[in-house]
Amino acid sequence: MSKTQVSFSLNGQAVEVMVEPRELLIHVMRDQLRQTGSHIGCETSHCGACTVDFNGESVKSCTLLAVQAQGAEVMTVEGLAVNGELHPLQQAFMDEHGLQCGYCTPGMLMRSYRFLLENPDPSEAEIRAGMSGNLCRCTGYQNIVKSIQKAAAAINASGRDEASTA
Amino acid sequence: MTPPSFQYHAPGSVDDAIALLSQFGDEAKLLAGGHSLLPMMKLRFAEPEHLVDINNIESLKGIREENGDIVIGAMTSENALIKSTLLQQKCPILPEAALLIADPQVRNRGTIGGDIAHGDPGNDHPAIMMALDASFTLVGPNGSRQVVATDFYLGTFYTLLEADEILTEIRFGPLASNTGTSYQKLKRKTGDFATAAAAAVIEISGETCQSARISLTNLGPTALRASDAEAVLTGQVITDDLIDQAAQKAMELCDPAADLRGDVEYKTHMGGEMTRRAIRTAVERASGE
Amino acid sequence: MAATAESLERKDKLEGIGCARKRKEDPRFIQGQGLYVDDINLPGMVYGALVRSPHAHARIKSINKEKALALPGVLAVLTADDLKPLSLHWMPTLGSDVQAVLADEKVAFQLQEVAMVIAEERYIAADGVDLVEVEYEELPAIVDPHKSMDADAPIIREDLVGKDEVGHGKRLHDNHIFTWEAGDKDSTDAVFDKAEVTIKEEILNPRVHPCPLETCGCVGSFDKVKGQLTVYMTSQNPHLVRTVLAMLSGIPESKIRVVTNDIGGGFGNKVPVYPGYVVAIVASIVLGRPVKWIESRIENISTTGFARDYHGSAELAADNDGRIKALRFNVLADHGAFNSHVSATKWPAGLFSICTGSYDIATAYVKVDAVYTNKAPGGVAYRCSLRVTEAVYLIERMIDILAQKLDIDKAEIRKRNFIQADQFPYNTSLGWTVDSGNYEPALDKVLKAVDYAGLRKEQAEKRAKGELMGIGISTFTEIVGAGPTKACDILGIGLFDSCEIRVNPTGSAIARMGTQTQGQGHETTYAQIIATELGIPSEEIQVEEGDTDKAPYGAGTWGSRSTPVGGAAVAKAARKIRDKARKIAAHLLEVSEDDLEWDIDQFRVKGVPDQAKTMKEIAMAAYSNIPDGMENGLEAVDYYDPPNFTFPFGAYVCVVDIDPKTGEAKIRRFYALDDCGTRINDMIIEGQVHGGLTEALAVAMGQLIDFDEDGNLLGNSLMDYYLPTTVETPHWETDYTVTPSPHHPLGAKGVAESPHVGGIPCFSNAVIDALSHLGVTHVDMPHTAHRIWKKLHELGAN
Repeated sequence: MSKTQVSFSLNGQAVEVMVEPRELLIHVMRDQLRQTGSHIGCETSHCGACTVDFNGESVKSCTLLAVQAQGAEVMTVEGLAVNGELHPLQQAFMDEHGLQCGYCTPGMLMRSYRFLLENPDPSEAEIRAGMSGNLCRCTGYQNIVKSIQKAAAAINASGRDEASTA
Repeated sequence: MTPPSFQYHAPGSVDDAIALLSQFGDEAKLLAGGHSLLPMMKLRFAEPEHLVDINNIESLKGIREENGDIVIGAMTSENALIKSTLLQQKCPILPEAALLIADPQVRNRGTIGGDIAHGDPGNDHPAIMMALDASFTLVGPNGSRQVVATDFYLGTFYTLLEADEILTEIRFGPLASNTGTSYQKLKRKTGDFATAAAAAVIEISGETCQSARISLTNLGPTALRASDAEAVLTGQVITDDLIDQAAQKAMELCDPAADLRGDVEYKTHMGGEMTRRAIRTAVERASGE
Repeated sequence: MAATAESLERKDKLEGIGCARKRKEDPRFIQGQGLYVDDINLPGMVYGALVRSPHAHARIKSINKEKALALPGVLAVLTADDLKPLSLHWMPTLGSDVQAVLADEKVAFQLQEVAMVIAEERYIAADGVDLVEVEYEELPAIVDPHKSMDADAPIIREDLVGKDEVGHGKRLHDNHIFTWEAGDKDSTDAVFDKAEVTIKEEILNPRVHPCPLETCGCVGSFDKVKGQLTVYMTSQNPHLVRTVLAMLSGIPESKIRVVTNDIGGGFGNKVPVYPGYVVAIVASIVLGRPVKWIESRIENISTTGFARDYHGSAELAADNDGRIKALRFNVLADHGAFNSHVSATKWPAGLFSICTGSYDIATAYVKVDAVYTNKAPGGVAYRCSLRVTEAVYLIERMIDILAQKLDIDKAEIRKRNFIQADQFPYNTSLGWTVDSGNYEPALDKVLKAVDYAGLRKEQAEKRAKGELMGIGISTFTEIVGAGPTKACDILGIGLFDSCEIRVNPTGSAIARMGTQTQGQGHETTYAQIIATELGIPSEEIQVEEGDTDKAPYGAGTWGSRSTPVGGAAVAKAARKIRDKARKIAAHLLEVSEDDLEWDIDQFRVKGVPDQAKTMKEIAMAAYSNIPDGMENGLEAVDYYDPPNFTFPFGAYVCVVDIDPKTGEAKIRRFYALDDCGTRINDMIIEGQVHGGLTEALAVAMGQLIDFDEDGNLLGNSLMDYYLPTTVETPHWETDYTVTPSPHHPLGAKGVAESPHVGGIPCFSNAVIDALSHLGVTHVDMPHTAHRIWKKLHELGAN
């Protein structure tokens, strides 16, 4: 099957890849572009470990063809920190023990990043509903919720400009 | 975990998309949100030779009012339905139902058109469309036609949509004031398909039910319009007893497939219970509670 | 001597034992820089994908590789025939059985491995799988273990016909694996015959699967020039795997390196050696290129080590006051088609005989009969502590059933039966010596915290109105820390563990252990132990596990053995270093060793506190200024053989409300008190409890690996296999008491599996308690809305 060129922006950098139409965005990011922060946990689009920010929306990159990323702005966990400075979410997850094995963590971070931009002052119930597309087997979610609450407070306290790295 | 090979097309207009469907016929499948089709392709249960990606056709997106009707582009995402202030004000059952579908990420890609046209009895929008007496615009090489939702579904994964047609728009009339709506969906967990779900659109005038539209999800080979249940309520003052009777009628209509969500007895009873809850809630909302 | 502000400051700086310090491993994970096996990319690497059987039981008539081999990019297709010349088509399991690596003439479970396609690219390997043509002749499948030993049952393991034992004693039937017994049958029967009260219940621990978020996989890489094999692998026990690979391959163990970097969850799923690993390794040797094999989620759920499938027939004998006099548990164990689960040689049913639990039961007898069925192999997995989950489920259910029978309160009956504080160390009637416990204060603390009396009152009021509310109690004792080598071995290797510590001249240290973290925080907690023992800040102690070239030999991390065994080795290795440091300090201070005392981070002269040397100063001296006759350097290794297991315990209460119209059970409250002895890091312990309780919730309320009568799997993807989301998972309340282990160097017991072991019966007890006024004594898990509704409907209660 012949390959086609796809150009998009990944974490603020222009990238170009040659892909077959059937190649999934998650595979292209991980295998070709060597951005292995986003993970694969299932093949039925349930677990959310592959979640990235795609044109300003949380999307499961295992359910997108790389060719669909033509001209898109994609952000992964590797793009969350800016000039070496961690995003408040990254700091909060460490402060509140929001991770154990770390496998779901990139997806949790990328989803909560967009979630807080859409809902900067969420209740616990809203956080749980907003994160219901990301599975975790280690933490029981409680400290993930605390991490997001802490990050929300930090972002709101310091002003909204800090929140978006886009 | 990896799809088989196919040729990919990303038309920029409905006409171009239809031309591709006409050219490739059964060998082509439309790629809308992709969250039903791509998982099936990754498991190699579906192996289309051609994928026609309609995500770039802007004319298929958007929600507007037109002569009092609400018109929704087929490629409008579930998330767009949820965020639409127009729908929240004028047709709240749609955002309510959308919020019960899948999870936040899937809702950013999943489309109302995909959910309507796929033909999976587990999809939620078909029942909502029936309860709204919605009609669908189907466009093919020979032009466009309107089909009402209640006629559209012929069987599991079997609809009136031809292989060379595209669903472009969904249209339904305004809800009368004093109309209450509710979608009640029982599921095993967040993100699951319905074990049983019921939609109720009920118009109350004074104390009396002017009209009732009740429909069911995943309780048969297609979504079901429960007309006999509606007849119990129409023209009556709705009492608990009548709600029960309507639920009984809904149960008589149920013909669910036994699966890991439940056996036939359970699903049927849950169809009744969801009907009860949908009617009760719709009535409360009609009275402004 | 009272702690001064200054000494407290020195102690705080160490962030040692007892400090809820943040984790040292987190920075790489939150930046997406973890190194999981599928992240590994080696030059020339190719991909393997498995061809699997659609049938649960069938003969293989033919395998045609032609079309697959003709696909551009496919390099090889390996079948059993290709492995035969290397004698690798079968491999030994960790359960003293053998398992087909690639099916040899027949398949015995659905999705069993039949062939592996190796291709240049991931996607081509999958295409190649579709092109391999296998012809099968279907055979009748055994799915119900109760039928495995029928006279006319089809023989699943033709390779074992004529063998009257498979590692664990006499077999009774071709589909029988072993019978294991403990206790005194005759005395037990005698007590039952005379008892005032007896109860009997059929209790199932259904087949479930640990389902860690990362599936299993490996990259096998054989260097032809050096004759060295390197395997990057998701393994909870890299050293054991290395030894097995040496036995299988004939490559000297010194030329095999197994590396586990980061693992995305283990939960026992990543203990066994799976066929996919072996074939990928063989392929890398044959092709001379690294081969990556990563399984899919469906493959993971369907074929890797499941958990439980224990069919119990449980009995208790008691007096009218609810005092248990005897216990008799018979279990039929469904092991699937091969006995592959990790079993210490003498314990084929794991540590099931802990089933007397927290109770003083004078006489007991247990018998486990294990059989083969046409299902995937496994049984011990999923945070279970080696069949302890099954055991604790039975006793915690049975004591509730006894309470119901005698109309005694479920908390009260437990207190009447608890092993008393002054009875420890306590010898159970099934042979264990429980190291320490203090059960009643733990239960009282929980009952008070939840206002138990108030809850029972509320329940009575709700019942009068036809509402369903349940209160579940679980007062569990479990057994972890395998184990004393005189009692436990795997393939002959003792279950000690090890730690090697090296302090460098500028005072920081590096330490390596034979255990393997999968998210439990070893890089932090082990550093904390060393910090307290050596007076070096934990921040300056580098902890590494998982590279068999570097780490001393250990049995890995499973059965909550890291803290009890690995942690003990860490403490003892550190103490060896401190002993040497004392000598160096004496030399530097020109006093005798007896004149010195250790204070937080320094040795000082007794009575002359300003005459002191810090560990940092001593470290430099170890390389520059040592006493005569001493060697340079400051390091030690310890291999710790535990004298006993450890016995963490807990008291949990769960409140559940059930909607009778739908059968849905909502967890209103869950209060968990754990006693794991000395606590190294409260934050990490709490995280383990949250995680274990969530997995317990999943098991009790929704998980099931099920089959139709032909052995076809039902619900083996995340569409159906129940993993709770943020929405289904309730808020967890945690609490603790501290009853140290008297035999452990730190008094620590281990905790990570307790919430799973203790949580499952708590949820189950709550649901059944909600129905007990309707006469229900037991309902099997999972407690789905469907099943609860059906029960209520049967009782006419909805």
